[in-house]
Amino acid sequence: MLAEQATGRTEGRDPVAHVKPARARPVWLAGALALLAVVMIAGLLGGAADIAPWQVVLQVADWLPFVSADAGLTPVEQGLLYELRLPRVLLAAVVGGLLAMAGAGYQGVFRNPLADPYLLGAAAGAGLTTTVAVVLLPGSALTTPVAAFAGAVGGVFLAYGLGSAAGRTGGTATLVLAGVAVTSFLTAIQTFVQQLGVEELRRVYSWILGDVGGGWEQVRLVLPYAVVAAAVLLAHGRMLDVLAVGDEEAGALGVRATRVRFVVLLAASLATAAAVAVSGLIGFVGIVVPHAVRRLAGGSYRSVLPLSLIGGAAFLVLADLLARTVIAPAELPIGVVTMFVGAPFFVAVLRMTRGTAT
Amino acid sequence: MIRVKELSVRLGGREVLDGVDVDVSRGEWLAVVGPNGAGKSTLLKAVMGVLAHRGEVVLDDRRGSGLKPRERARLVAYAPQTPALPPDMTVFDYALLGRTPYIPYFGRESRRDREIIAGVLARLGLTGFAARRVGELSGGERQRVVLARALAQQAPVLLLDEPTTALDLGHQQQVLELVDRLRTADGLTVITTLHDLTLAGQYADTLLLLAGGRSVARGRPAEVLTGALVGEHFDARVMIEPGPGGRPVVHLVRGET
Repeated sequence: MLAEQATGRTEGRDPVAHVKPARARPVWLAGALALLAVVMIAGLLGGAADIAPWQVVLQVADWLPFVSADAGLTPVEQGLLYELRLPRVLLAAVVGGLLAMAGAGYQGVFRNPLADPYLLGAAAGAGLTTTVAVVLLPGSALTTPVAAFAGAVGGVFLAYGLGSAAGRTGGTATLVLAGVAVTSFLTAIQTFVQQLGVEELRRVYSWILGDVGGGWEQVRLVLPYAVVAAAVLLAHGRMLDVLAVGDEEAGALGVRATRVRFVVLLAASLATAAAVAVSGLIGFVGIVVPHAVRRLAGGSYRSVLPLSLIGGAAFLVLADLLARTVIAPAELPIGVVTMFVGAPFFVAVLRMTRGTAT
Repeated sequence: MIRVKELSVRLGGREVLDGVDVDVSRGEWLAVVGPNGAGKSTLLKAVMGVLAHRGEVVLDDRRGSGLKPRERARLVAYAPQTPALPPDMTVFDYALLGRTPYIPYFGRESRRDREIIAGVLARLGLTGFAARRVGELSGGERQRVVLARALAQQAPVLLLDEPTTALDLGHQQQVLELVDRLRTADGLTVITTLHDLTLAGQYADTLLLLAGGRSVARGRPAEVLTGALVGEHFDARVMIEPGPGGRPVVHLVRGET
């Protein structure tokens, strides 16, 4: 049973090859990317106007550099695809990817699979500042994205500051509780401000329920933050796996847990703030997608982070497609769809993998 | 190998360790014994550097306070009393955590790291378990997996906090035999806390008896495991006999009713 027995072992020629460390397997990444591509093509197709799938594929190919293809679309159809649907699909993909990856990051940092991008006061902060911008300062230079971004970042810092001050050890429970307290307090102020300008209620609500129809301007706005946040988060997969054994043991392995947690929190909050700024509050993505990924591809953050990025993108593009088509020509708020579709999808994944994961 | 001078730790306004001195030479096995709450685990954590402390810790002639966490983790490997075992992690990935002090922050494990893990798993008879999930293992298997992670650190010092907790008699013996063999083979310096005095006396070269955060006795097993010392500090009625190899065996004695 012990060391002596090891001498009698029989294994392959390469003792290292038979077990691979948990990393994102290329086949999973390829599968996820293929799914994203299909969903994005479907997203470009969906809605009014009669365009065939193959025409969309050809048109997308034509947009790529060094490729020229004739899809046989009229200039009006091309304009529709390029000016309306393409930025919409891209924005949904970027926002979905950011929210899902930020969710995975928070879950790793807090060692809690139910942690959410909105947990640390990001949503409440953004909700407050945006409501203030809409209700109290209409027509000022304070645009909704700027206000939302500042609010999300402010909310997180408030929660982090309070949590760190309250718990000397910087434990995760105090941080979560501080997030809950900050969220309640900011939401109360937000409701108060909202009641001051009831005539603006519709605008506030349409933002709170989420919207990815902001066009190219919003895509350009979010992209730099998305790239930075994604790069930092993706680089911390292995470190989050080390944090899984707790701060003390991580410390004994030579990892400064507090520092890793701060960097990941910062990147995840940047991702959340950027997503909230261009799309409003879209709930559930940050919990559902990482959880589904974990069920299907294992719990290592080295695979959960990249697969959440891709899976979240696909999920939100699909949700937006449904939002546009279910009650066409009217549109559902995308936040409603993510909850409506997300919950059954979540249950389906749980059932599908029942007994194989914790 | 390890020199600890005047080590004090304050936790929650209470002096959990108070001026403890420890000296362990290379290849020695020191068992830290003492009643519950004596500060045994705290001592190991302070030596590992994961607890704020006063006093001096010198590891391999280097001052602990001057070591970076990664450098320290290459000198000392630590297995806690109740390790957090992420249930979904495979045995291989869990052992691979022991390579953390050698892998660059943004890097990934090298082929050499994986070879070291394969070697460690083979030594501990865990090769067949490599792909198993940690949550599916029995108590004895878990203890070996935790040991595998510690060995993967390739540190000359091994700190084991109650390595036999929750193990049955046979598995307690197996784990301690294993530690002893590894110590001899690799020239490791071992510090364990052990609540079982007989086991501590059987395996360790030296015992350190802590009580109330202070070091109250220190020496060879027969010098520390005396009826007077054990009776006083554990508040227990015991009978101590010379056992195998002249090492003492501690029996509890039932009170008169």
